[in-house]
Amino acid sequence: MQQHSTGYIVGFMAAVCLVCSVFVAGSAVSLKPLQEANVVLDRQKKVLIVSGLMEEGASLSAAEVGELFDARVVARAVELETGDYSEEVDPNTYDQIKAAKDPELGRNAAANPAKVRRLPKVGVVYQVQSESGQLDSVIVPIEGMGLWGTLYGYLALAPDTRTIKGITFYQHKETPGLGGEVDNARWKALWKGRLAYDDSWNPKIDVIKGQAGSVEKNPYAVDGLSGATITSRGVSALVKYWLGGDGFGPYLAKVRGDNV
Amino acid sequence: MANSAEREALLDPLFNNNPIGLQVLGICSALAVTTKMETALVMTAAVVAVCSLSNLAVSLIRERIPPSIRIIVQLTIIASLVIVTDQVLKAFVFDISKQLSVFVGLIITNCIIMGRAEAFAMQNNPKLSVIDGFGNGLGYGVVLMLVAFMRELFGSGKIFGYTVFQTVSEGGWYVPNGLMLLAPAAFFLIGCFIWAVRAWKPEQVEEEFRVGTLFEPGYQGHIR
Repeated sequence: MQQHSTGYIVGFMAAVCLVCSVFVAGSAVSLKPLQEANVVLDRQKKVLIVSGLMEEGASLSAAEVGELFDARVVARAVELETGDYSEEVDPNTYDQIKAAKDPELGRNAAANPAKVRRLPKVGVVYQVQSESGQLDSVIVPIEGMGLWGTLYGYLALAPDTRTIKGITFYQHKETPGLGGEVDNARWKALWKGRLAYDDSWNPKIDVIKGQAGSVEKNPYAVDGLSGATITSRGVSALVKYWLGGDGFGPYLAKVRGDNV
Repeated sequence: MANSAEREALLDPLFNNNPIGLQVLGICSALAVTTKMETALVMTAAVVAVCSLSNLAVSLIRERIPPSIRIIVQLTIIASLVIVTDQVLKAFVFDISKQLSVFVGLIITNCIIMGRAEAFAMQNNPKLSVIDGFGNGLGYGVVLMLVAFMRELFGSGKIFGYTVFQTVSEGGWYVPNGLMLLAPAAFFLIGCFIWAVRAWKPEQVEEEFRVGTLFEPGYQGHIR
């Protein structure tokens, strides 16, 4: 076996590292615009799906999604504590989840049943307009602990901010077939038309054990997910948390002030 | 195919010397990404690409690599290729790359790739090495796709996302087998695959291990 000098070994390794790093950096930089476009597209799709403007699994092209989103949806940055619109950030590029972790842009949340640890100072909501330009629904982001990890999703409310129009989770780690059924379209459809707040505007909707029955009979409850008690409990807690005072409660109060 | 060495390098890993079945490497990711065929297919493509290219790169510089640091050199090359693969997936198949999450990054630690770089590419010419890397990636992919087929079909009643058995939760008749969606199912299925291949090719059955075997003259088993 050939013997190599220390200088050769160091030089060889340096050359390999140089070539590899140019390769990695080159691909990362050149692919970045595509990746960023994907992240935006992904978020737009999620919002369109929860608003009911787009069927889940429908194959719209990137341009179609962008067009539909621009025509019907407005993203707004909202200060969580006051509920006022914030002009400090661009809601189209701002990442609420990342901001929550930032020491400047986020703060520690008080202990809560949804087990949310950090809250952003500014959140992003989406206003969906009907074709005639009237407010059709308000979409707020929601997140909280399930059984294995944090569930991230969106909740769509009618302009009265009481009637639920849809819910979706786009990222979670729940057990497939049990808690993972939060993705089930039939279960998500059960949320439609149920009421998020009681008459004195306290968040009230609950995922209960067993079946909740029709919307008329039981407007404040949704069927539990069988075999997934902790996920069901987590979903109840996180929906109520984000509708409450720590979440988008102040903002939603202002929305209904404008609309009711 | 040009000659038998090349054919062997390509086809051998499929069944005769399958990286998962015989070499029992790369099990970790085989458990994680096989609940759906779509993710398994993208994972297969990623592993095939990384394995071929790392074999190519290692083979090209094999005579210059100082033996004392060869593992580090291989790892640097593999790690770079994996990062680039991850970036490409994020740019072109964003939805699937989100589902694969960390497992693309974990290709770095997939023993198949490092194993082929060390065992094959260090001794063979670039052309043969690429074919070997491609073949081993495919061998991994064959098992992945078989396992994913069983898991998706029986776990969610679908194949490539298309409903075959309509499940009860969607208003059909099929009660999905929840076990199939959990990682242990892949263990059972890979076990069955290894069993089936070894029943078909009995020469793959390992010598029975008895106490004292290691000390018998001429013993060469169990060392890979």
